Amino acid sequence: MDNRKINDIEKYKKRVHLMFSELDIKAALREINALAPELIITELITSGLRGRGGAGFPTGKKWEMVSEAEGTEKYIVCNADEGEPGTFKDREILQKQAAKVLLGMTACSKAVGARKGFIYLRGEYSYMRKDLSAQIEAFHKLLNDFKIDFSIELRMGSGAYVCGEETSLLESLEGRRGEARNKPPYPVTEGFMGKPTVVNNVETLVYAVYIILEGTDSFIQMGTKSSRGAKVFCVSGDTPVPGIYELELGMKLSDFVDLFGDDDTKAVQVGGVSGYCVPRKNFSKTIIGFEGVPTGGSMMLFNSSRSMYNVLHDYLEFFSEESCGQCTPCRIGCQQLLKGIEQVKRGTKHSSYLDNLREIAETMSIASKCGLGQSVAHPFISTTDYFKEEIIY
Amino acid sequence: MQDKVHITINSKEFDVDKDLTILDAARINGINIPTLCHHADLGIAGNCRMCLVDISGSHLLQPACATVVTEGVEIQTNTRRVRQTRKELISLLMSEHDTNCLRCPKNGNCELQDLAAEYGVDGNDYIQLSADYTIDISSPAIIKDDSKCIRCQRCVRTCEELQGVNALAVVNKGGELRISTFLDKPLHYVVCTNCGQCVNRCPTGALTEKNYVADVWNAIDDPSKHVVVQTAPAVRIALGESLGYPAGERVTGKMVSALRGLGFDKVFDTNFTADLTIMEEGTELLMRLKHALTGEGKSHGALPQFSSCSPGWIKYLEHEYPDLLNHLSTCKSPQQMFGTLAKTYYADIAGIDPADITVVSIMPCTAKKFEAQRPEMTDSGFRDVDYVLTTRELGHMIKEAGIDFDSLEDSSCDSLLGAHTGAAVLFGATGGVMEAALRTAWEIVTGREIPFTNLDVTPVRGMAGVKSAAIKIENALPAWSFLEGVELKVAVAHGLANVKTVLQLMKKGEADYHFIEFMACPGGCLGGGGQPIRTTPEIRQSRMDAVYAEDNALPIRKSHLNPEVLHIYKDFLGEPCGEKSHHLLHTSYTARGKY
Repeated sequence: MDNRKINDIEKYKKRVHLMFSELDIKAALREINALAPELIITELITSGLRGRGGAGFPTGKKWEMVSEAEGTEKYIVCNADEGEPGTFKDREILQKQAAKVLLGMTACSKAVGARKGFIYLRGEYSYMRKDLSAQIEAFHKLLNDFKIDFSIELRMGSGAYVCGEETSLLESLEGRRGEARNKPPYPVTEGFMGKPTVVNNVETLVYAVYIILEGTDSFIQMGTKSSRGAKVFCVSGDTPVPGIYELELGMKLSDFVDLFGDDDTKAVQVGGVSGYCVPRKNFSKTIIGFEGVPTGGSMMLFNSSRSMYNVLHDYLEFFSEESCGQCTPCRIGCQQLLKGIEQVKRGTKHSSYLDNLREIAETMSIASKCGLGQSVAHPFISTTDYFKEEIIY
Repeated sequence: MQDKVHITINSKEFDVDKDLTILDAARINGINIPTLCHHADLGIAGNCRMCLVDISGSHLLQPACATVVTEGVEIQTNTRRVRQTRKELISLLMSEHDTNCLRCPKNGNCELQDLAAEYGVDGNDYIQLSADYTIDISSPAIIKDDSKCIRCQRCVRTCEELQGVNALAVVNKGGELRISTFLDKPLHYVVCTNCGQCVNRCPTGALTEKNYVADVWNAIDDPSKHVVVQTAPAVRIALGESLGYPAGERVTGKMVSALRGLGFDKVFDTNFTADLTIMEEGTELLMRLKHALTGEGKSHGALPQFSSCSPGWIKYLEHEYPDLLNHLSTCKSPQQMFGTLAKTYYADIAGIDPADITVVSIMPCTAKKFEAQRPEMTDSGFRDVDYVLTTRELGHMIKEAGIDFDSLEDSSCDSLLGAHTGAAVLFGATGGVMEAALRTAWEIVTGREIPFTNLDVTPVRGMAGVKSAAIKIENALPAWSFLEGVELKVAVAHGLANVKTVLQLMKKGEADYHFIEFMACPGGCLGGGGQPIRTTPEIRQSRMDAVYAEDNALPIRKSHLNPEVLHIYKDFLGEPCGEKSHHLLHTSYTARGKY
């Protein structure tokens, strides 16, 4: 690691330390347990917290919808199916601050009136299962001390990327094939077993705890109007300082590259393979956040030694394999894009075939059943926009 | 509660029921939206994406099949991006599809082909992805060709939702996704019942019946062969659909003429053996009742007695509930009774060596192909039924032979194995075996006609998945006095999912029936897996109406009054369930289990 770089990052004005700070869990639980559900929801809505998994749905609004949904049987699901390539923050959070996540789920259960929660853990994280189960067990004792009627169950995923999509996750959780559902209805009205369900990312739940305990003021002061608060970033690729960093949202990508780049960064893939490729010429006009380019945490840096064809090819191989395959545009589109750029590269298809492929990608973005297929266009269009020559020649 | 919502489709305003999907709301109002994975009989999948429409306030296109109308919604089914998206989707599907349509059994009756034509897609827009799959020809009834599959999962939903069999399932993901079976075994080696409901609903040629038309032509063209044909009751009320007639058109007389035109030496009728089945199965029921109520006679099996006409149902029971096989009537199905008698009784009288007789069946059914090949079906000393064609295959033969079906005169079946009653016709509809059995059994026991207006036993009619009836027996004839005061309880279930429901009730001790008619297919044989494609609840209802009209139009409507049936007992069989019957007309079953 480059110590000088690390030093710069630590001194950076938007560097924060909330996620991994110490917290007296018992005291926090006591405090949360004393709060009125309406107050929790109001605080979250005021805070402007948006989901940290990538889609960015307002968290308070989601909790409110479930709290107002009909029925008494409701569920909380913590989405720990961290499958987006380049994302490795939930793993760290669950390893170091699992109690905060459990606390967040409990706060949510209180706000919406649920008695059962699930953590859906990525299949590849099975090595965490034992520790996490022990933490859940300890937390259950605490809940019992406070006579809180809420329990949390750990469920394992089986390695399908699409199960990070919430309705696929719910299908998997119910014991079926991980495939996206038709929406509407959304999980807030018909989720797990058809009951109103909150599905939140690991990180979101911890920020919710922070907001509930600390109030909204300090959270609102961080970030920008559309992207309040901070975010845990996963920095990888051509960087001297790969790792996990908590930073305010809304920073300029050029500032980010200054801090984390290797002075030769030609592009940053913001938001993992389902995100956007931003070329060097756009660094200074790109905001990291919902008003610019959003990310679920993944920030992959590429320097001039990298072939963007290879990068895009890898993404498309990934999508071809990880598409659940049920809907036409995603199943076939992914294969066509992959084989298409191969043939353009080989010269067996004319370079203008790239335009046909871009049409497929556009179709996928409006016609696919779930976020997986809809987002393949993000890397495809942006990479072919900015690195067309590298794709063709 | 407001029951209607106000919506706009293509700038026209409509008030529609609030629970409708956009697809249904549009279709009711004469606006066509293309579909592939949607099917009227099945749950919503929303995976083919063909029905995408533009909806106010959404940048994504929304699937009309899976989206319920909401107050004030503005829907556009014909915007530029909707049209382009559909075209693109068809192109993508074609790129994954074996587009050698001329080699496909579904050529000309393929929903993907129709859409490609409508949207002007030739299948050459994108890189060809269709893989070289091994065609599964293991089953004697159904062929599965994955290179034709568009992954709409209609078959999977059919097998799961309508039939509760789950022989077909989705495996793998992404581009590797396929429809497969348990451990990827060939269809013949899994719990598939050969019902063919998947074939009826497959929009393309991925699932088709195994075709025996060439074998039948070979037999007809072989001068050393005497080829006799039988047609099941449900064929005559659906064959017309294969030849351009509307659903529900009865074409019995023309069908007989067409069969003669094709070159069959004798045109007989499965209805004859349907009447015979009633005699055998009715007698068997009365013997089971006698043994159960009086302890007299030997046990002929457990009560309730299960009907045994539907080979899909029989294979289902053999797989799923082998412990209940002693409930099954030992009667062969009418098809198999016919085959045996054609090569014994008829061969004798006609003076033809049964080795030279070829028996061809025209059936509404794919499972009949399997049934004919069961190893035990050789009581005549030969394979009792040589070839089984579906209604669809007969339609193809008639077209191939250049027969102008419309101009044919009506004619009747040949005698000996050709006479039939209205009761036999009822076998084509769910509840029909039961109704025919009741008409006869009631009269045998009481000496009176069954007390329903016009002999129509309405409680067992109709499309309800499970039907039941109870009739108290009063003033029984002296020979049947043990039945005096007994309330005869019967039930009918069709579609294997409904069958499963009844069997599960029975297992819980909540189904105290004496006789249950089970049919594998929705609607009974009229909805069989060999019937013309396509099938919907409305089409099946039209066919059912035709079955009852056909029954009503016949002079004799009770099986025990069929003159040729009376004749065969007198001259050949002796008595129902007698020794000869037992040898020729009854069979045994095989406990198969699930794996």
